[in-house]
Amino acid sequence: MPQVKFIEFNGTKHDIAVDDGQTIMEAATSNLVPGIDADCGGECSCATCHVLISADWQTKLSPRSDTEESMLDLNPDRTDESRLSCQIVMSDSLDGIVVNLPEFQY
Amino acid sequence: MSELEVDPYSIPLEDINVSDANLFLNNSHWAYFERLRKEDPVHYCKESMFGPFWSITKFNDIMEMEKDHESFSSEGGITLADRAEDFQTVNFISLDPPRHDVQRMAVTGVVAPLNLAKLEPIIRSRATKILDELPIGEEFDWVDQVSIELTTQMLATLFDFPFEERRKLTYWSDMATSGELAGGPTPEPVRRAALLECLEVFTHLWNERVNKDPNEAFDLITMMAHNPDTQNLDPMEYLGNLILLIVGGNDTTRNSISGGVYFMNQFPDQFDKVRADLSLIPKMVPEIIRYQTPLAYMRRRATRDIEFRGKQIKKDDKIAMWYVSGNRDEEVIDNPDQFIIDRDKPRHHLSFGFGIHRCMGNRLAEMQLRIVWEEILKRFKRIEVVREPLRVQSSFVKGYADMPVILHAN
Repeated sequence: MPQVKFIEFNGTKHDIAVDDGQTIMEAATSNLVPGIDADCGGECSCATCHVLISADWQTKLSPRSDTEESMLDLNPDRTDESRLSCQIVMSDSLDGIVVNLPEFQY
Repeated sequence: MSELEVDPYSIPLEDINVSDANLFLNNSHWAYFERLRKEDPVHYCKESMFGPFWSITKFNDIMEMEKDHESFSSEGGITLADRAEDFQTVNFISLDPPRHDVQRMAVTGVVAPLNLAKLEPIIRSRATKILDELPIGEEFDWVDQVSIELTTQMLATLFDFPFEERRKLTYWSDMATSGELAGGPTPEPVRRAALLECLEVFTHLWNERVNKDPNEAFDLITMMAHNPDTQNLDPMEYLGNLILLIVGGNDTTRNSISGGVYFMNQFPDQFDKVRADLSLIPKMVPEIIRYQTPLAYMRRRATRDIEFRGKQIKKDDKIAMWYVSGNRDEEVIDNPDQFIIDRDKPRHHLSFGFGIHRCMGNRLAEMQLRIVWEEILKRFKRIEVVREPLRVQSSFVKGYADMPVILHAN
């Protein structure tokens, strides 16, 4: 099973094994990793599953959709590393991906 | 069911009109929405005081519509009432991108997490003072003395509005949403005069704040006056954005504070539960907001002919997304008609909307409710609602005009 390494803002690490096909958001919420709210339940419509992923890992991900971009734009803290974790589906090719959690969800 | 109430199953489906403010005044809208969800979830009402309109009543359908802002635009207004041609206030809730994004971003800072952290102790000291001054064992109106008072004080802080004049904010907010054109009790000339007075006062404040150092201020007016994207708003746009933030932050939070008290009376076991475990407060708060649904719907306009759930919606058709109904959709929420303070995924509700127009004040609202309940539970073992509250006559604002209570101290 591929692994996700979540790093909370305060530095606490969580190594989570994820089912192929689960989103990173689902991996966090079902394993009670704090820092992701996912109010809309994964519909790309609340931007409260915001995570930060480094550029080299981003190259392995599908690009942001227009919807994801427009939702991320609602967050003044967004950076180039910003992604909505409900839009990232886990697979073996992402094994070991490092996902940083922001200090706040909006 | 009283004699005044009509059984929604006794009239033809096509005659159902859920925009009738009296349904909400009498709290008798529930069975209507239940019938629509079951029998006609995308329902066309061909005649109403707002003209013909569609009603969307299921959670997932509303979510889908919220996400597709290109087909279902909020431009033209987010209430079923059409705005008078010559008195159009424009604000970003009723704008599409790109203008929407630009104006929203200009004010979002006021509710940023770091700003909320600064506001928390202010809100707590205000809640403390209000609650400490309440009479014990004698009847008073919770709406006026707590819900309105607390929310108004909060709003005055966000605008850095002259504190002694803060009840004007409540007045203007109530005027904005109670117009006769929307089925409410306020004659249009009265409403208009109130909104023009609001503009005059806020223009005066703007002129003061333009010269303030934006780094020293955290209030909305200074933010807007210094942000290049909002510096040059014309007066009606400025008024529109003010009204949006005053209304958005006013009766919604007010009615959630009142609603929570009412629900604790209807479901006393839930009150016992939270009293026994204060760590449940952060889950209880979104459940209050779901159960109350302070804004019953939001309106959209179809930008093109589009088929939705097998129905043919025409370009420019008016559509109401009924949050009050979606929030009771048993296909998405378990036991939706039960007030359950420790449910799973309590934030999975429609009261703040979703998509690009999702309520920017949602965390501020939740924070206010959390603080109020923390302070209530320190002081009172019961807030007894002594008579049925009077509800607001509106199909949009879902709230309480009064709520007579008696407090019992710990």
